[in-house]
Amino acid sequence: MQKNLEFWKRFCRNKGAVVGLLIIVAVILMAIFAPLLYPDSPWKLVQRPFIPPMELDGYWFGTDTLGRDIGAGLVHGARVSLLVGLTSTVVALLIGVTLGAFAGYYGGLVDDGVMRFTELFQTVPNFALAIVLVAIMQPSVESVILAIGIVSWPPVARLVRGEFLSLRSREFVQASMVLGQSNARIILTQILPNTLSPVIVMTSLMVATAILLESALSFLGLGDPDVMSWGYMIGAARTVLRQAWWMSFFPGVMILLTVLALNLVGEGLNDAMNPRLARKSR
Amino acid sequence: MAFNRSLKAAAFASVATLAFVAGPALAEEPKQGGTANVVIQPEPPSLNLGMVQNAPTQMVAGNIFESLLKYDTNLDPVPNLATEWEVNEDGTVYTFHLKEGVKWHDGEDFTAEDVIFSMDEMLRETNPRLRVNLDHVEKMEALDDYTVRFTLKQPFGPFLGLFEVGTVPMWPAHIYQGTNYQETADDNDPIGTGPFKFEEWDRGSYIHLVANEDYHVEGQPYLDEIYWHVIPDAASRAVAYENGEVDVLPGGSIENFDVPRLAEMDNTCMTTKGWEYFAPLAWMWLNNREGPLADKRVRQAIMYAIDNEFAQEVVWNNQGRVATGPVNSVTRFYTDDVTDYSYNPDKAEELLDEAGYDGEEISLLPLPYGETWQRWAEAVQQNLEEVGINVDMEATDVGGWNQRLNEWDFDMAFTYLYQYGDPALGVTRNYISSNIEKGSPWNNVAGYENERVDELAEQGAVAFPDEKRAEIYKEMQQILVEDVPVAWLLELEFPTIYRCDVKNLVTTAIGVNDGFGDAWLDR
Repeated sequence: MQKNLEFWKRFCRNKGAVVGLLIIVAVILMAIFAPLLYPDSPWKLVQRPFIPPMELDGYWFGTDTLGRDIGAGLVHGARVSLLVGLTSTVVALLIGVTLGAFAGYYGGLVDDGVMRFTELFQTVPNFALAIVLVAIMQPSVESVILAIGIVSWPPVARLVRGEFLSLRSREFVQASMVLGQSNARIILTQILPNTLSPVIVMTSLMVATAILLESALSFLGLGDPDVMSWGYMIGAARTVLRQAWWMSFFPGVMILLTVLALNLVGEGLNDAMNPRLARKSR
Repeated sequence: MAFNRSLKAAAFASVATLAFVAGPALAEEPKQGGTANVVIQPEPPSLNLGMVQNAPTQMVAGNIFESLLKYDTNLDPVPNLATEWEVNEDGTVYTFHLKEGVKWHDGEDFTAEDVIFSMDEMLRETNPRLRVNLDHVEKMEALDDYTVRFTLKQPFGPFLGLFEVGTVPMWPAHIYQGTNYQETADDNDPIGTGPFKFEEWDRGSYIHLVANEDYHVEGQPYLDEIYWHVIPDAASRAVAYENGEVDVLPGGSIENFDVPRLAEMDNTCMTTKGWEYFAPLAWMWLNNREGPLADKRVRQAIMYAIDNEFAQEVVWNNQGRVATGPVNSVTRFYTDDVTDYSYNPDKAEELLDEAGYDGEEISLLPLPYGETWQRWAEAVQQNLEEVGINVDMEATDVGGWNQRLNEWDFDMAFTYLYQYGDPALGVTRNYISSNIEKGSPWNNVAGYENERVDELAEQGAVAFPDEKRAEIYKEMQQILVEDVPVAWLLELEFPTIYRCDVKNLVTTAIGVNDGFGDAWLDR
């Protein structure tokens, strides 16, 4: 309890992180209550097209090229962005942590093999690989999540491997070995919990990157065609940018805020979890 | 009787052409000289129109090559390389008299031999669409250097409609006879009879054509040269027009929503003419084979549920017309005396109830041709969901779209096809049961089968004279519209945008594709 309180104290010392957290909570609430705020499908053609924002009651964000409510798109888009951001990060963590743990714990040939494999992925540009994967699997929410997960795990693997390498030779791990604990148990209960803080910090940044990747894919028309997302809204509106700024502006702002907030929170977490490091950098 | 009529038609056509060419000339004397800068999109794979029939190839090569006839915007034939033609009484023998003194770009004379070589030898081999139509021809013969006679097996109504430059370009026998056409297809030294000669092609940048000094039409061409600019991005093409780099944007070069903006610029004119021959018609394939779409009532419900007027106004920026059936209203033998499927969601829901549609998911494949088509699919999806049809939108690229249609792996799919002026050339192919075959996205992909339609399509092609054909095609259109084998959407229009001082740009039913022979610059 005491420990938690201290953590929050340290987190709150970073004002930016608090603001970020508030924004994220707001976006999450928006996503949760989307069906209440806008019960109709965001694809529904509700009004005449090209209505500027603040002009018509109930359509505060205006309508798009086909007469769909931008507000509905923003709120429903939050669901997709968060869903894809979170789940694809989970996928990346599953792959990255597993491979990193194996490489770092066993070392030697296993380490060499896994790291060469990781480098293979690192040498291919993330975004290009994601496009290819989605194009091969046919665009859908699942394929987008999988593709983003597959391109984002290598940094996790490297980080976890590094932590494992240094922790493996520490006394408490050696003690566990002497006590005859199984490898699996040592990895899961002894080392892994001690690598968590850098991984958590990295996770918040990964979610932000995943949201950006998802937006970029949708922007290019590689998103799930049945799902309204911010990237799709910008992509569909970019061609009328000169006539209707609001169609790409609002979803753009949403992406900016969400990603910025996640980065701020990541920084706050870093401060809170590595207090000594943080103080040094100040 | 029949003989008289066709002669009259021919005479009328010639007079019409004279008036047509002479009219503007009387009002304004064409000025000589100048350069036309035109956009070409995408870059053509080759300019050898005899071997390659891509749309951009047709557009550029229409300046270099010519056919026997041209067509005015009512689709009536007008003389070009053939000055006169006669049809016998029962519509089975066509005799063309060629213009004398026409020279190929390399100086050789154009004669009947070239016509026979082009049509009987080369195009039969290189143009599959034409080959089918030429099956109606029993023999082609050169009576003398300037007379060609075609003897048909039976009357073939659309025969006079075949001689469009993209379909039947004249090809120099003295160069190509006895060669392997496919090998020479990559040559970039096309020799034609047209108003412009090929000069240079800087791949990825421009194609340069220069005036043919020995062109067979007195005084033409007026322009000195044409540059066809290759600009891969639609927004950049619009910008190129805005800052004056190009003077002409042929139909389809820019996105629809840019059209009104550019059309409002100073010294800018826009025309939707010049597409009458192709008469593009857009529809949604409905897979008639299985599932809910096998039920006629569900297909009719879809027709009632789709708000085509919305698509025309909003998605296409007021371009095009709402389609009433399988035949475009500018194509010959069109009738509007068919079932009316104006937007009526209540009726659609009724029909769905009647058919017992239970909400089974129906997939929708958009045409991957850019933003407009994607928005259109989204609007149609909304229309259909509103009446309770559960639509699953799929995403695909051009290759995937082709493959899915080739393999019949779809429920609903967007497409559009050209009609070539005549139902026998460009309409019946999509509805007759003998054209149900995997491997092409352009045949009867929907798998619609109706014996009566098969019969009528067959009769319509060979009936004579035109009154009889009109009757047959009317019945065919009524049956088709009642059965809804596909969901017709819009008759598309691709406006040509150009500076108003480019005169006489679009004068025929294929518009810019007929070349810049008549065009001149008032500068």
